[in-house]
Amino acid sequence: MSLRPDLAIIADLINADARVLDLGCGEGDLLAHLQENKNVNGYGLDVDADNIRICLGKGVNVIEQDLDEGLKNFEDSSFDMVVMTETLQSVRRPDHLLEEMLRIGEECIVTFPNFGHWRCRLQLVTSGRMPVARHIPHSWYDTPNIHLCTFTDFETLCHDLKLRVIQRRVVNHNHVEQPWGSVLPNLLGPVAFYRLGRQP
Amino acid sequence: MPSAFPADSVGLVSSQTFRHERPFTLQCGVTLSSFDLVYETYGNLNPDKSNAVLICHALSGNHHAAGYHSEDEAKPGWWDTCIGPGKPIDTNRFFVVSLNNLGGCHGSSGPLSTNPDTGKPYGPQFPTVVVADWVASQALLADHLGIERFAAVIGGSLGGMQAMQWAVDFPDRVHAAVVIAAAAKLSAQNIAFNEIARQAIAADPNFFAGHYAESESNPDKGLGLARMIGHVTYLSDDGMREKFGRALKSGDIDRGADVEFQVESYLHHQGQAFSRRFDANTYVLMTKALDYFDPARDTNDNLVAALEKTRAKFLVISFTSDWRFSVERSKEISDALMAARKNVASAIIESEHGHDSFLLQLPRYISVLGTFLERVHQEISP
Repeated sequence: MSLRPDLAIIADLINADARVLDLGCGEGDLLAHLQENKNVNGYGLDVDADNIRICLGKGVNVIEQDLDEGLKNFEDSSFDMVVMTETLQSVRRPDHLLEEMLRIGEECIVTFPNFGHWRCRLQLVTSGRMPVARHIPHSWYDTPNIHLCTFTDFETLCHDLKLRVIQRRVVNHNHVEQPWGSVLPNLLGPVAFYRLGRQP
Repeated sequence: MPSAFPADSVGLVSSQTFRHERPFTLQCGVTLSSFDLVYETYGNLNPDKSNAVLICHALSGNHHAAGYHSEDEAKPGWWDTCIGPGKPIDTNRFFVVSLNNLGGCHGSSGPLSTNPDTGKPYGPQFPTVVVADWVASQALLADHLGIERFAAVIGGSLGGMQAMQWAVDFPDRVHAAVVIAAAAKLSAQNIAFNEIARQAIAADPNFFAGHYAESESNPDKGLGLARMIGHVTYLSDDGMREKFGRALKSGDIDRGADVEFQVESYLHHQGQAFSRRFDANTYVLMTKALDYFDPARDTNDNLVAALEKTRAKFLVISFTSDWRFSVERSKEISDALMAARKNVASAIIESEHGHDSFLLQLPRYISVLGTFLERVHQEISP
């Protein structure tokens, strides 16, 4: 089974034998791939009963834990990489979580839907309503995405938290990398992909 | 002839006895010249003997975990909800071994057995047995059955502690350890409840410091009271409200006459039934084994270090309303296993039934356990 394109990008960035934590691991595809191909010691956190069951069926180390309750149960620098895909926007305190991710991990990878994409901006301007797009499909009242942000917002937060942006990529809603994304990413990129580290 | 038992039952079962004829030295230093373990098996051992699953029982459990001893038996074994064809511990896949632990009162060597030195029952003189002794004796039973390595060692409560101890003491003999509603060690509150139960037994005038058999009596009241205390701690406030509320069994509160609440009647019944089927000395012995369990004691209270040598993959399950073995205690286990870089998964099952949840047929619990064990079966199948 081929890996979802965004997960394949992440998998490429993870070294063999690495210690990996996947926050909001979903059905565990990334960890299953890393366990099988890179001998990774990985754990996934999730709270969804179906996701947990599917992970168990794949032999993935899934731990039932709510990200909003923090990551205090992990020691400093216990992981080489902490990954969080498309989950940042649905946690209660993204700022606290980002700091925690880089406390327990040497590096982290974060992806999130870009609210600054031109389609979102256009919808808000033309219809005066909260944008709904392929990468953010929910209505305002039932969305789990309580903290949507733009590339620019995110980079401002990283700056304020003194996090180092090692790498930034722009992918489309099929998570295929967009070469033109490096031009005006906040306007043209639907999904943001960041690799972060601590300030030296 | 149609079977008298449900299709997903292992059906008619009978117990066997394994007699270990050689000396067996317990952790306390006492040597038993021999011992018996009563056990049952369900399903078939495959040719390479890789599909065996060991069930470890809790405080008041025994070897009869599934099926029926006769067509007249009213209730099946204590974990029939989870063991049987198509059930999570699927006897179509696994060869299930369930035993009565050393010190028990259902046929294995224990306080009711004859002490060869005196020719009389051991009674309170049966030596102190700890979880590691149970695991060591279970390993001898496994040797006897030709089982080199268990596909899984599974237990709830005190049984979960045995599963953990197995992974520590015999890292190469356990593929998976399933630790349900357990703890890495008892809290002070938990030990306190056990001590109250023991004191209830000791205070019964028919206890005779454990020598009741010689006096041809039995501390029914004390043992029943111990069970009532335990039973309340195995339920939850919400669960009891749901089940009993303030309903009356008899009497009239307005007149204050002969009032008996349903919950009182229920507890009396539980206490009486228990004192008929259980031995007080065994109850004291088993609660002490619970209290003493602490695999991190040898590693300066460092659970991570204690789990370092394990090689099994773990599944740790807890229940939201269980306050005797709370979700937090299970998290300590899974956190320590992650810190030790072991393979571990965990699930927290929503339930209002307290500690007893681990014996119940809760859909998510059944699905988590079944899915994990289905995967285990794939992993051990060549």
